[in-house]
Amino acid sequence: MRIPCPVCGTRDRREFYYYGAEDYLKRPSDGSSIDELDNHLFLRDNPAGVTRDLWYHETGCASWMVVTRNTVTHEVLGAELVAKPSKKKGTL
Amino acid sequence: MNNPRKAGSLAAEKWGQQMRYSGLKVITEGLFGNKGWKAAWREPDPRPEYDVVIIGGGGHGLAAAYYLAKNHGITNVAVLEKGYLGGGNVGRNTTIVRANYYMPGNSEFYSHSLKLWEGLEAELNYNVMHSQRGQLILAHSDGQRDTLARRGNAMINQGDDAELWTRDQVRDFAPYIDFEQTRFPIYGGLMHKRGGTARHDAVAWGYARGADRRGVDLIQNCEVTGIDVVNGKVTGVQTTRGPIRAKKVAMVAAGRSSQVAALAGLRLPIESHVLQAYVTEGLKPVIDSVISFGMGHFYVSQSDKGGLVFGGDIDFYSSYAARGNLPMIEHVMEAGMTLMPMIGRAKILRIWGGIMDMTPDGSPIIDKTPIEGLFVDAGWNYGGFKAVPASGWCLAHLMATGESHEVARRFRLDRFRTGHVMDEEGTGSQHNLH
Repeated sequence: MRIPCPVCGTRDRREFYYYGAEDYLKRPSDGSSIDELDNHLFLRDNPAGVTRDLWYHETGCASWMVVTRNTVTHEVLGAELVAKPSKKKGTL
Repeated sequence: MNNPRKAGSLAAEKWGQQMRYSGLKVITEGLFGNKGWKAAWREPDPRPEYDVVIIGGGGHGLAAAYYLAKNHGITNVAVLEKGYLGGGNVGRNTTIVRANYYMPGNSEFYSHSLKLWEGLEAELNYNVMHSQRGQLILAHSDGQRDTLARRGNAMINQGDDAELWTRDQVRDFAPYIDFEQTRFPIYGGLMHKRGGTARHDAVAWGYARGADRRGVDLIQNCEVTGIDVVNGKVTGVQTTRGPIRAKKVAMVAAGRSSQVAALAGLRLPIESHVLQAYVTEGLKPVIDSVISFGMGHFYVSQSDKGGLVFGGDIDFYSSYAARGNLPMIEHVMEAGMTLMPMIGRAKILRIWGGIMDMTPDGSPIIDKTPIEGLFVDAGWNYGGFKAVPASGWCLAHLMATGESHEVARRFRLDRFRTGHVMDEEGTGSQHNLH
């Protein structure tokens, strides 16, 4: 499996660290309920088909990205950075 | 025929009496052209209603059906299997049976399971080829040896067996291990003599036959497409072979647990990962136990056919493809070569993958769900095979009595929410760490 890193280009899966489902990005606000935290941290849709999950380009550019891929065929459909570069110069 | 339950049970009983297996039966059938063998179970059509429906005809579902009938007298049961019986992970694993867990909750459960394994062939009148050839875990440092001593003490306290072996004892037992290499020097090991292997398919078939002759309907090619819930209570299932009403329904579909639970509107604390396994060409007897090389994520045993059966870690990203990727294959081969260079002379015959229900803490779930009458037995990670007897036993107990069995009471569905996690590996309770 190869992952199209938006910064480095398409690279071998071994350069990346897998973190888990996109749910991790949907952090509940302070004071949210136990149910919301449970959904955020533990409960998963776990789809058989297209999924979006978090990967870290560990031996490359050290970017976090959301990879869209198919869990049944291992086809990788795309990747986008979690932190989009800001239009302002000198900031992220 | 007014009472279909009774009619089914009687037919099954008659069927069962004709089909008791024995050495004498093998010899007499051999003398008369093997014409007297009958199918090991019936092929019934689904009835409109059952007391219990079990979704999933793998090892755990079949064992649960068997113990519902055997231990609790509940025989108006259907097991619904979308493919064929035992066609999932129970037929795709590396067949290790052991009770060497450390944590309270796991320790008593796997201990119970191993005791059931030890009586399983007599219980089922079926040769499951359970072979207690021993399992050896290797230590590569003083610290690791201390950890194994602690684990061994926990096993002994649980009533199981463990022996802490010196380097020389390991060398006498398995001289083919590379004792000269410096990266992972052998400091000793923990021997669990009652550990071993079994014939994976036979376990499913034995439980299927046992459940069938007690009146359970095993219905193959019957995929569940919906779970009917009315006012928070389960009332039955929709299937590709029509609707079936049921008072209680159990979801025992490891590998597809999340999809089945979604039919009832539930999200589970499970992410599916692929675990690969490997077998070489048949060789003369060379490895006469199970050897676990934890530092390399590698373990190996030799099947009765002679193939070296080995495996490593999951591929570490969510997947439903029943095949893996090359990086993990390379890693496992490297680990095998590091441990026992002789393995490089054997040719790999097959590589395959199975889909694991991975929970955040690496421990399973046998519990009620928020929906009344709906139960879940899932999240077996990469340890489901050895758990088959106790999982069936405990799920049957839960469904029959409404209370968790004492050896499975910590396998709660909500333990992540409440913080009662069971992280046997001690790596953290997070989806990508087990």
